[in-house]
Amino acid sequence: MSTKTIAGVEVNLNDEGYMEDASQWTKEIGAEIAKEEGIELTEKHYELIEWIRNKVAAGEGLTIRGIGKSGVVNAKEFYGLFPGAPLKKATKIAGVPKPTSCI
Amino acid sequence: MKKLLILGAGTAGTMMANKMRKVLSRSDWDITIVDQYKTHYYQPGFLFIPFGIYNEQDVIKPKNDFFPVGVNVIFSAIEKVEADKNRVLLEDGISLKYDYLIIATGTRTAPEETDGLMGNLWYKDIFDFYTIEGAVALANHFKTWKGGKLVVNITELPYKCPVAPLEFVFFADAFFTERGLRDKVDITYVTPLPGAFTKPRATKMLGELLEQKNINIVPDYNIMEVDNENKKIVDFGGKEVPFDCLVTVPTNLGADFIETSGLGDDMNFVKTDKFTLQQVDHENIFVIGDASNIPTSKAGSVAHFAAEILEENLLCAIEGRELTAKFDGHANCYIETGYGKGTLIDFNYDTEPLPGSFPFPGLGPFGLLKITRTNHYGKLLFRWIYWHILLKGKDMPIESEMQMAGKKL
Ligand SMILES: Cc1cc2nc3c(=O)[nH]c(=O)nc-3n(C[C@H](O)[C@H](O)[C@H](O)COP(=O)(O)OP(=O)(O)OC[C@H]3O[C@@H](n4cnc5c(N)ncnc54)[C@H](O)[C@@H]3O)c2cc1C
Repeated sequence: MSTKTIAGVEVNLNDEGYMEDASQWTKEIGAEIAKEEGIELTEKHYELIEWIRNKVAAGEGLTIRGIGKSGVVNAKEFYGLFPGAPLKKATKIAGVPKPTSCI
Repeated sequence: MKKLLILGAGTAGTMMANKMRKVLSRSDWDITIVDQYKTHYYQPGFLFIPFGIYNEQDVIKPKNDFFPVGVNVIFSAIEKVEADKNRVLLEDGISLKYDYLIIATGTRTAPEETDGLMGNLWYKDIFDFYTIEGAVALANHFKTWKGGKLVVNITELPYKCPVAPLEFVFFADAFFTERGLRDKVDITYVTPLPGAFTKPRATKMLGELLEQKNINIVPDYNIMEVDNENKKIVDFGGKEVPFDCLVTVPTNLGADFIETSGLGDDMNFVKTDKFTLQQVDHENIFVIGDASNIPTSKAGSVAHFAAEILEENLLCAIEGRELTAKFDGHANCYIETGYGKGTLIDFNYDTEPLPGSFPFPGLGPFGLLKITRTNHYGKLLFRWIYWHILLKGKDMPIESEMQMAGKKL
């Protein structure tokens, strides 16, 4: 774990750079983490981030399938917004824990 | 008369029918089990069929052979659970009342979920081995196949028996080597996971094994569609993997009636308390096996360990006591690695697969995360154990709770 000042707020990050406390998150923090990932956040990004944060707050799991059915984006658009590893990047930027895959 | 109703007579449902008939008095409790099919498949055997090690006859028996005396058996498709009315509707218009319900309807493969998967090439150059039909069709295909790009693709998480596709590529390596074709067969393992498996040590060990066997891995891959014309798969990010023979593990879904009954998540797996095995919204509904959404492997061994917990908790519920048994997510999987050898992993919700020996600390005979001949015999022996001990709900000399003794941190 480490602490880092992002967008003027001191936040705790885990070893992989995910925020430990989702309640500290602000839009500005999201934008700054996104920049490190090479992503410029748009309205669509924020809309999806809000959907993701609500899901996590409700204790529900995140999957690409679930996001594809969110009504905000489909799976392909999700990849367009967060290229490469969308679920990992989107959660990091949204200030929520990295989804664990359990099989 | 009180009524216990069990939905699904696969591995888990059959086990529970046997266990509960022993402990519930026949004068007070009526037990009924429902399934749509009369044949019981030994699914772990499907893996061996494409390579000609088992044939269809080796993996089937009539379900009726495994039910105890004193259990009503109904063969019919289940249409809906009306949880607020404590009743279940069957296809042929029958409705069944229950005091307690056990859902054990497992998971099915759903190739129709991926565009193009069931196109022109389905069962010509594209196969699954999670169904008897797919496994047999693939066995026939391999008999005359001249080689090329063999791609094994996992569509989506979660899927049952998470080690089966790895075993498949290990077997394929050995099979084509023995036939003198290995230099003509290029094997690629394409997975949505970031590596060969989920947890660090097993991922490292199995990843190295892939490398040693000259099997390519494409991680973090989420398939979007199959391009039948150009024989390639395409993922949502646009990454393409060409194939000559595609072996798919299609999306795994829970039964459709779970969705229409409002009991499941977005893949129709029943929302289940991971410790008590109770459905989250209904105290008189319990869930076991692949049908549940508990965060552990969907495997027969898990269902076996969970059965003991479920038996205890169901008795608690019936007697109006607090539920005392707590499931730890224990899973125990033999992994075939080819050439008559295998490895073994043992883990639960909190502890990743670790090296060591099993079940007796220091003695084994099985080696955890080690490749040995004995582990392979363990897997072969499992078929006998499955038919004769496991399904009948008899005890095995293995604790249902995962043990740390014998493991090295
Ligand atoms: C290729 C392969 C290899 C495997 N290898 C291993 C292994 O090595 N070790 C291991 O532990 N596990 C292994 N497994 C997994 C194991 O077979 C399953 O986890 C286990 O069978 C799950 O039991 P279950 O009772 O939950 O589901 P199932 O045994 O699948 O039973 C579900 C039952 O419900 C019935 N059903 C479903 N819907 C309805 C409906 N609407 N109406 C009526 N009936 C319905 C079905 O007909 C079926 O009989 C493997 C699986 C596969 C496919």
